[in-house]
Amino acid sequence: MSSEAGGDSDFDMSELHGLFFDEAGEHLDAMEALLLDIDVATADDEQLNAIFRAAHSIKGGAATFGFTDVTELTHEMETTFDKVRKKQMPLSTDLVDVFLASGDMLKTMLGALKSGGDSVPEAEVAALCVRLRAFLEPAATAAVPAQPLAQTAVPAVAAAPAAPAGKQTLELVFAPLDAGFTVTAVDGVVIDLKDFGVVTETTTAEEKQQAVLRRFSILTEVSAADLSDAIAFMADPERVKVQAAPAPQAAPAAKSAPKPPTAADTEFGLFVDAATLPANQPESAPAPAAPAPAPVNEAPQKVVELKSPAKAAAPAGASDSASIRVSVEKVDQLINLVGELVITQAMLAQTASKADPVLYEALHNGLATLERNTRDIQEASMSIRMMPMSVAFSRFPRVVRDTAAKLGKEVELVTTGEGTELDKGLIERIVDPLTHLVRNSLDHGLEPADERVANGKSRKGTITLRAFHQGGAIVIEVADDGRGLRREKILAKAKERGMTVSDNMSDSEVWSLIFEAGFSTAEVITDVSGRGVGMDVVRRNIQAMGGRVEIYSAVNAGTRIAIKLPLTLAILDGMSVRVGNEAFIMPLGTICESLQPQPGAISSISGRGQVLSVRGEYLPVISLAEVLGMRADKQRFEDGIIVILEAEGGKTALFVDELVGQHQVVIKSLETNYRKVPGISGATIMGDGRVALILDIAYMVALAHSRLDKAA
Amino acid sequence: MLQTTTQKTAASHIAGAGEANEFLTFRLGAEEYGIEILKVQEIRGWEQPTTIANAPEFIKGVINLRGTIVPIVDMRIKFGLGDAQYNTLTVVIILNIAKRVVGIVVDAVSDVITLDAQQIRPAPDFSASFDTQYITGLGTVDERMLILMNIEKLMTSADMALVDGDTVQ
Repeated sequence: MSSEAGGDSDFDMSELHGLFFDEAGEHLDAMEALLLDIDVATADDEQLNAIFRAAHSIKGGAATFGFTDVTELTHEMETTFDKVRKKQMPLSTDLVDVFLASGDMLKTMLGALKSGGDSVPEAEVAALCVRLRAFLEPAATAAVPAQPLAQTAVPAVAAAPAAPAGKQTLELVFAPLDAGFTVTAVDGVVIDLKDFGVVTETTTAEEKQQAVLRRFSILTEVSAADLSDAIAFMADPERVKVQAAPAPQAAPAAKSAPKPPTAADTEFGLFVDAATLPANQPESAPAPAAPAPAPVNEAPQKVVELKSPAKAAAPAGASDSASIRVSVEKVDQLINLVGELVITQAMLAQTASKADPVLYEALHNGLATLERNTRDIQEASMSIRMMPMSVAFSRFPRVVRDTAAKLGKEVELVTTGEGTELDKGLIERIVDPLTHLVRNSLDHGLEPADERVANGKSRKGTITLRAFHQGGAIVIEVADDGRGLRREKILAKAKERGMTVSDNMSDSEVWSLIFEAGFSTAEVITDVSGRGVGMDVVRRNIQAMGGRVEIYSAVNAGTRIAIKLPLTLAILDGMSVRVGNEAFIMPLGTICESLQPQPGAISSISGRGQVLSVRGEYLPVISLAEVLGMRADKQRFEDGIIVILEAEGGKTALFVDELVGQHQVVIKSLETNYRKVPGISGATIMGDGRVALILDIAYMVALAHSRLDKAA
Repeated sequence: MLQTTTQKTAASHIAGAGEANEFLTFRLGAEEYGIEILKVQEIRGWEQPTTIANAPEFIKGVINLRGTIVPIVDMRIKFGLGDAQYNTLTVVIILNIAKRVVGIVVDAVSDVITLDAQQIRPAPDFSASFDTQYITGLGTVDERMLILMNIEKLMTSADMALVDGDTVQ
């Protein structure tokens, strides 16, 4: 495109690179999702168009920034897909595969460009280009000469037939103007546009007064489509319209031909009246273009894309319609500040509770409102960090497709509960364990098609990914309808590994053996799994997130692995207990019960360890004061309270002075300014402004058991 | 040998601080110390911190500083200077070092003074109340001697038990 040189030399594009990479990444993701979703036989126009648009948008951006390798590949993708879209060529699975491979390559290339590296695997790119071109050969040998791709610009310019070497006048309309896109913002864009040609403002006096739109005309040698592409990187393309100048400007007649529906000044109709225009636009726009000699009808397509409100309504475009990009730090800062607000509010409430409710009725009412508002703000700000599980699930169609192909199995992936929300930090960390579990299910869980048929099942295996809320937690399940876990095989393997197992173990105990390091019962180590590394890592990762894993399995019916995670890392439902002068928080989820022991309920073993008998179960007892090296108020067990805790499969009785109450606390790291303290997992700030430490229950349980082992 | 190293550290450290070397001075027992003012975030009164399990005696615990959990070190206990009493006059200097926030308890904060290079002498090799490697030099102001310490190096040392082993500089 002729604009790219100007772009490089004159404006400072480097700042915009980040934006391009972000956008290109989104387009690639969208494209991949669409490709995976598409049904080769019944693909509808909207899907095809969306894929084309994604490739096209990346190409436009890449060209603007002079990333020729990316432009080259996307151009080939675009050219090929254009044929498909126009039904000049059938969509095939092979084509989808090549497209997916190209998408991966683009990701690699963008990654390399982003990090400033230059290691673009040119040979592979060239190979992909050849593969893409191969699809075109039978359909359009003559129409698509194998042009050297660096010249991407050529067809684009050629597609604007009425603008031979000379200049043309284009009209730019910036609308609607509002707080999100101000008059000043337009000025900024216009200044940059001066690189493309002579810009004159043509906003009428009346329009100026309304201050809802601004109009400019630009005398340029760049085509409308190219100019649109360039502007897309300076302003929201939805708010900028590029078109041939209206008749009085004596624009070349042919130029306006491709867009008859918009020739009149109906700019606002485009944005306001979404119902009528999109219907006729996509039809009418390509129509005049069809006889055009250029095989790549870029200009009209771009115009359609830029203007069509259908884009916003289309599923592909929906994701970026009403969101803004904010750094996580800003959100975290907001959440921290809200945490402060909550504490301040609690302090005020505490102070005011001493004031006479009759005399200070207004104050009390005000504080009650404040409390409600603070709680709402807290919830709302927490929800910013929450993302739907679909973010994590979206990559699995690809994982399943690729892995299944590699293993030669027929698999269908079913996902439910994509809308279930989870903290962003957790989502990022759950993806790897989930991928591992899914691959495991594919490899070990599901049988080959023939075996399935022999067992009276359908040829196609099913993998189900499910997310749902359960209490204050989210449960994510990976289930397959495969052969199920073999109890004898696992036990035999465990014995072979020298693990202490017995044949009397319960099923769930046997299943949990597969999480032990180095455990794999797969007979053949495949590319996909079976090396015995991983399942232990999966469990460790999930435990690090404060979650736990459960396995349910039945022979020939399948296996279901359930991961239970807290909703967010930032907030904890806790019970505060007191020892001496200090309050400690224990996560509510770890508490089984609390009781005041009867004299004699606690007995000692060898005079060192102590155990509590609860309904026939003997639990090791430890005193929190002693573990933390503090002085407790209550020296005798029957004076204080015993809290029974459960973590990592073990139970422990913990002796404390007193239960204080239940709180929702904001978790703060102790390690930010201090170091890790054994037995303490974090800190929080209580209503009175004091710091309370959060107990690491897993540590307490392990400590209690190791002491008991020593004593016994 | 050790002395030369110390001198070099002193010189480079002070040179690194730029032309205007401003120091916050405070008292620990009878001795007066100075730390680079740029490391000081704020000065607050004493408030009872939340004690931390199994921490050394000089780590008094953590406080809530506007939402940040800040550990508090009593320098008087750490260096055995002065008697560690806590009352309304006890001062906590909140430091911002190595991207961490730490509070230190001292007997009193005296002044902010400016010292130029001529006023700073290298520290002699005999022991002060703590290891000379944390002393960058001695300053003289109005006949008073000021011990200038590299507070960042001190607070991040394994000695202070404030940071995990792997992050010790």
